[in-house]
Amino acid sequence: MSNLEIAIAVLVVMTLVGLAFGLVLAFANKKFFIEVNPLIHIVEDILPKGQCGACGYAGCMAYAEAVVINPDVASNLCVPGKAPVAKLVADLTGKAAEEVEPKVAFVKCAGSISKAIRAYEYKGVQDCVAATLLQGGPKGCQHGCIGFGTCVKKCPFDAMTVSDEGLPIVDNEKCTGCGVCKTVCPKKVIELVPIGIHVALNCNSKDKGVITRKLCTVGCIGCGLCVKTCPHSAIKLENNLAVVDPEICVSMCTENTCLYKCPTGAIKDAIEKIPQKTITEKVVENNTLAN
Amino acid sequence: MGHYLTLLASNIIVNNYVLTRFLGLCIFFGVSKSLNASIGMGMAVTSVMTLSSMLAWVIYHFVLTPFHLTFLTTAVFVLLIASFVQLLEMIIKKHAPTLYNMWGIYLLLIATNCVVLGVPLLNVENNYSFLESSVSAVGAGLGFALAIVLMASLREKLRLADVPKPLQGLGVAFILAGMLALAFLGFSGMISV
Repeated sequence: MSNLEIAIAVLVVMTLVGLAFGLVLAFANKKFFIEVNPLIHIVEDILPKGQCGACGYAGCMAYAEAVVINPDVASNLCVPGKAPVAKLVADLTGKAAEEVEPKVAFVKCAGSISKAIRAYEYKGVQDCVAATLLQGGPKGCQHGCIGFGTCVKKCPFDAMTVSDEGLPIVDNEKCTGCGVCKTVCPKKVIELVPIGIHVALNCNSKDKGVITRKLCTVGCIGCGLCVKTCPHSAIKLENNLAVVDPEICVSMCTENTCLYKCPTGAIKDAIEKIPQKTITEKVVENNTLAN
Repeated sequence: MGHYLTLLASNIIVNNYVLTRFLGLCIFFGVSKSLNASIGMGMAVTSVMTLSSMLAWVIYHFVLTPFHLTFLTTAVFVLLIASFVQLLEMIIKKHAPTLYNMWGIYLLLIATNCVVLGVPLLNVENNYSFLESSVSAVGAGLGFALAIVLMASLREKLRLADVPKPLQGLGVAFILAGMLALAFLGFSGMISV
């Protein structure tokens, strides 16, 4: 066969084969078409489509399907959507509306470049997960934020930035509390805290106080002063760390005594980091946004 | 009959596609974190591989050979497998929703996978008959299932082990795969087809 003949044969055969496969697929698409409940698409349209998975499903579509089809799936699982979305979903699916507690992401580390020592100079891929692979990251403290901003890149709502001091900053207006950052962080340094919490611990170091002290000037050394000083017993010591019980803290505290007692400043005033709006205000605002 | 049994055993153990030919490593490492998922994946790969090998044989011998276009084999097989997996997905979705929920995600992973493409290509290269290539594909699929199930069971146990920090995760999985391959090397030469 000449080259021309081969070229023509290639064209003809490939076209025909492709056409045959295409036709079979098109036919199969019609023949095996599955009718879906149109409500699923309506519910999916209402969801924020961050595909964050905070609801526990593979994505917004999966949750919409589950909430429409399965009567046992609650209508308030979408955390980013908060109360307005929960209410709409409840109305559409005929379920009882339940409250969603609004939360925001909070980075439990204040060990910025000037405050925490570095173990070595890292020059690899600028990503926290990659850096962690190398001896747990360039930071001296094995529990602190590495600051390459893996959470920032993964945030579906563009609510995070990395500061000049090498720590992520959460934009509380944009943060929906979906928890994607919490999941991707290799150091597990991000936590979801309820809006309105008074104080929060700015440290994640589970090391003994002596070691923490050596590695970082603002770490929690687990001295327990805050535990003794809190009049509502909202703070406990766990793994050399002070743990604030958010429920007691939000509902009882008015004086923030622990703040002034902390010798290293690890219990930092959460007022500048976490918005102090009351829950109803936030819901009203969300409602206006949704409309 | 004996010939087919030899072919089957050869593809499952001696010439295991994953552990001696290093095909399909992406799903081998990707889906071997839990035993349940790996069983599903193994079954999905076996069925898709068998059916697509049969189809590929037909296309090769009745379309490509008569027109002297055997140099197009790879391109046509890629097309064939991708559309066949799509078709299979539609059929399963319609007629066996439970099966679809179990397999659905794996089917899409298989659509562009080297081991699923490699088996029909090697069958054609070895000049297998229709029955031979079907048997060889079943064997290859079962071999893949065996390898991934072994790997998943080991990795589930490994979660409890104290792995040195630099090796945690994929690092130790690669070492494990290497050891498995070494073990399977012991079978080499037992059967020659």
